[in-house]
Amino acid sequence: MNRYPLWKYITVALALVLGFVYTLPNFFGESPAVQVSSAKATLKVDQKTQNRVEEVLKSSNITHDGIQLDFNGVKTRFKDTDTQLKAKDILEKAFNPDATDPQYVVALNLLAASPQWLTSLNALPMYLGLDLRGGVHFLLQVDMKGALTKRLDSTSADLRTVLRDKNLRHGGVNREGERIVIKFRDADTQNKARIAISDSQPDLQVVEAGDASEPRLIATLKPQAQQKIGEFALKQNITTLHNRINELGVAEPVIQQQGQDRIVVQLPGVQDTAKAKDILGRTATLEIRLVDDSTGALDAALAGNPPFGTEVYTERGGQPLLVKKQVVLTGDRLTDAQPGFDNQTQEPAVHLTLDAAGARIFKDVTRENVNKRMAILLIEKGKGEVITAPVIRTEIGGGRVQISGRMTTVEANDTALLLRAGSLAAPMEIIEERTIGPSLGAENIQKGFHSTMWGFAAIAVFMIIYYQMFGVVSVLALASNLLFLVAILSLLQATLTLPGIAAIALTLGMAIDANVLINERVREELRAGMPPQAAISEGYERAFGTILDSNITTLIAGLALLIFGSGPVRGFAVVHCLGILTSIFSSVVVSRALVNLIYGRQKKLTKVAIGQIWKPGVAAGSQK
Amino acid sequence: MEFFRIKNDIPFMRHALTFNIISFVTFILAVVFLFTKGLHLSVEFTGGTLVEVKYEQAADLEKIRGALGKSGFSDYSVQNFGSSQDVMIRLPLKGEQNTSQLGEAIMKSLATEAPGAALSRVEFVGPQVGKELAENGAMALLLVIIGIVIYLAFRFEWRFSVSAIIANLHDVIIILGFFAFFQWEFSLSVLAAVLAVLGYSVNESVVVFDRVRETFKKVRGLTTPQVLDHAITSTISRTIITHGSTQLMVLSMLIFGGETLHYFAMALTIGICFGIYSSVLVASPLVMWLGVSREQFVAKQKKAVEGANEDGAVV
Repeated sequence: MNRYPLWKYITVALALVLGFVYTLPNFFGESPAVQVSSAKATLKVDQKTQNRVEEVLKSSNITHDGIQLDFNGVKTRFKDTDTQLKAKDILEKAFNPDATDPQYVVALNLLAASPQWLTSLNALPMYLGLDLRGGVHFLLQVDMKGALTKRLDSTSADLRTVLRDKNLRHGGVNREGERIVIKFRDADTQNKARIAISDSQPDLQVVEAGDASEPRLIATLKPQAQQKIGEFALKQNITTLHNRINELGVAEPVIQQQGQDRIVVQLPGVQDTAKAKDILGRTATLEIRLVDDSTGALDAALAGNPPFGTEVYTERGGQPLLVKKQVVLTGDRLTDAQPGFDNQTQEPAVHLTLDAAGARIFKDVTRENVNKRMAILLIEKGKGEVITAPVIRTEIGGGRVQISGRMTTVEANDTALLLRAGSLAAPMEIIEERTIGPSLGAENIQKGFHSTMWGFAAIAVFMIIYYQMFGVVSVLALASNLLFLVAILSLLQATLTLPGIAAIALTLGMAIDANVLINERVREELRAGMPPQAAISEGYERAFGTILDSNITTLIAGLALLIFGSGPVRGFAVVHCLGILTSIFSSVVVSRALVNLIYGRQKKLTKVAIGQIWKPGVAAGSQK
Repeated sequence: MEFFRIKNDIPFMRHALTFNIISFVTFILAVVFLFTKGLHLSVEFTGGTLVEVKYEQAADLEKIRGALGKSGFSDYSVQNFGSSQDVMIRLPLKGEQNTSQLGEAIMKSLATEAPGAALSRVEFVGPQVGKELAENGAMALLLVIIGIVIYLAFRFEWRFSVSAIIANLHDVIIILGFFAFFQWEFSLSVLAAVLAVLGYSVNESVVVFDRVRETFKKVRGLTTPQVLDHAITSTISRTIITHGSTQLMVLSMLIFGGETLHYFAMALTIGICFGIYSSVLVASPLVMWLGVSREQFVAKQKKAVEGANEDGAVV
């Protein structure tokens, strides 16, 4: 009765072999590598890139331990970190000859050192979370309201153009909170304008307001449009973050949307967190506005009452400047920004290229404002700084603009990078940050590993002493549970964190319960006088229902954690739930298979090694 | 080797009232501590900044405090974390501070006044995140309770599910009471431990209830307290051994897991100890008070035979 059909043994054996194969990569550790990936969407990394990497390394006499191409880029392994660093420098020079305009991201990385045949089976080591490998985690909140106001600002500019094109005179287009108010002189123009605006701006809802003496139009964004803008802003911000992080040279960045208005950024292995935060947190946008140079206006503003529609900014160098609130152009209209030098003065400068619409607006504005000054502002986190405020000498067409003025080369580079990396569609704020140093990560792995190992050892010793052969079977079942769990985690590439390791330990500690239940049940049946074979069979049968029940209640708790948990709790819950599932298989099926192998074939089994069975009424120790 | 040589059923139920009074008193005490002292919530829930630094030699906490004070920080707490070289600095959330730059600001001020610090960890949590985490934690707890009540009611009977959940919620409150009394830090991982314990000790009650049902069906002529006594006695060795094994693992975490896993393991330890007590000595008397009787199971069994669909654990 205690025999499994062959297919069951084969299933168990197969599961164990698969478990072993997929656990294997975790033992090989990681080797230093350099990864070359594309920094631009238009540039694809392919076989040619790989060949080029190989050639570059060969010409510099650097030996590598293998080179591979995947969707992330070309990855080259090296035997030690010295070679890795050397190779990185050489590749950087070869692939990005112009440091100011990097085409490729050349980053240091760690690759699994497992042999090729394992990798080709998709057997990879577990994906370690930031708390184990070190790195930075940010949760960014996108300010959707900011996205809407920004959109309304640029829409106001568009409305002015529309009205001018149709020759409709207006008394001012201004954004007031979340609506745009347009003043008119007569009702006729108001009516015409309403039709013109509705035709050209389908996203706007236009309502007539004011009385006959002061007719106005009030435009608001339609709810669908608001939602669309929100979604677009989030996507745009993610793209922008991608670009910026590419400039940082991180091997495996994670940039994901979380919920409606949040973005998670994880940069494993990044050491210079200050720089990372600086680049990410900067919400620099460019704005071009006109300067109010009318006499006395600046003095009035400094005294505390600036003329309507203007505000005071400080120019680089410290002089105050009165700038009109109306925005001529924003960074959205930029297609490129490159650092360089001014042709005449040889000062560091940033060369901007505008898109067609931007170029047209810029041409119009410069034509109408010859001999006036325009201010180029860099807005960071709501605070603006005037980079330069040159006098417009002539009309500027063609959409090529140069910013120069009291910049160092480094500043020019940074400004260009920020502008080129794209402006954010909406401001963002870091609402959660976690930085883990690499040594702490290694320490955490160590601690988690030691806890699990010693806990396991203690349980193993106790089980073997207490239940003898059945204890050995239980320990082997528990070990197979660990094997399956690690294999599944490796296969799914689920992120393993320190709470995850704690969950592995805890799950093992709880999983032994199933074997204790079985062993106690078998003992009990033996105590009741059943023959060994029948006792084993009954013990397993009867314990199964209880095991299922108790695992399901634990699973309910695990699932609740999975659904509502975030961050560390989720890492715990994933492992915990998986561990419960593997434990049912290993403690029931695997241990039964082992017991069947050991005892199942003996027809006249008189005793089993399950430790001492004490019977009431019989002298202690008489039956073993 | 065998630890438990029990000749006759231990009359647990005779002392049922005593156990329930003990539970009630501990429960009330835990609630009182929760209300008077409150939980010492971690940065994850309250929002704020946490910086962990490591020194080559033992850190001078006074110097660090001085450095932070000089740089204009206020309401900070500086303490050792695990060893004398590791220092943890906590700053509460402040409206006007540029929070995301705080970590660097702290490092800068340490560099001048108390040099030699290496940054090992920074955690910054904004106010909205903390609030959400607390809400989600409460939701998770609620979901676990509802899920378990439904499952047990479906699998056994409402009396069992109600007593199991009351017994185990009492564990949860007592764990929280400990955290409030000692002012241990209540973090997200502690919350995970509490919920894991809830699921774990409910299965303790399940094992006992399974036996209760089985005994009711198999043995005639026993009174309800006798049935409960028998069920508890025959599962007690398994209960102790299982919990002992789990505790071995948790103990290992407590010893080797370092500061990060310390309170996680602590919550589990309390949970496991009270789990044994409550699932055996609280849940069973509750079932008895709620009026469980043999008829409820015999009727069920008949139905099962008619339907020719036997329950997994029922023999």
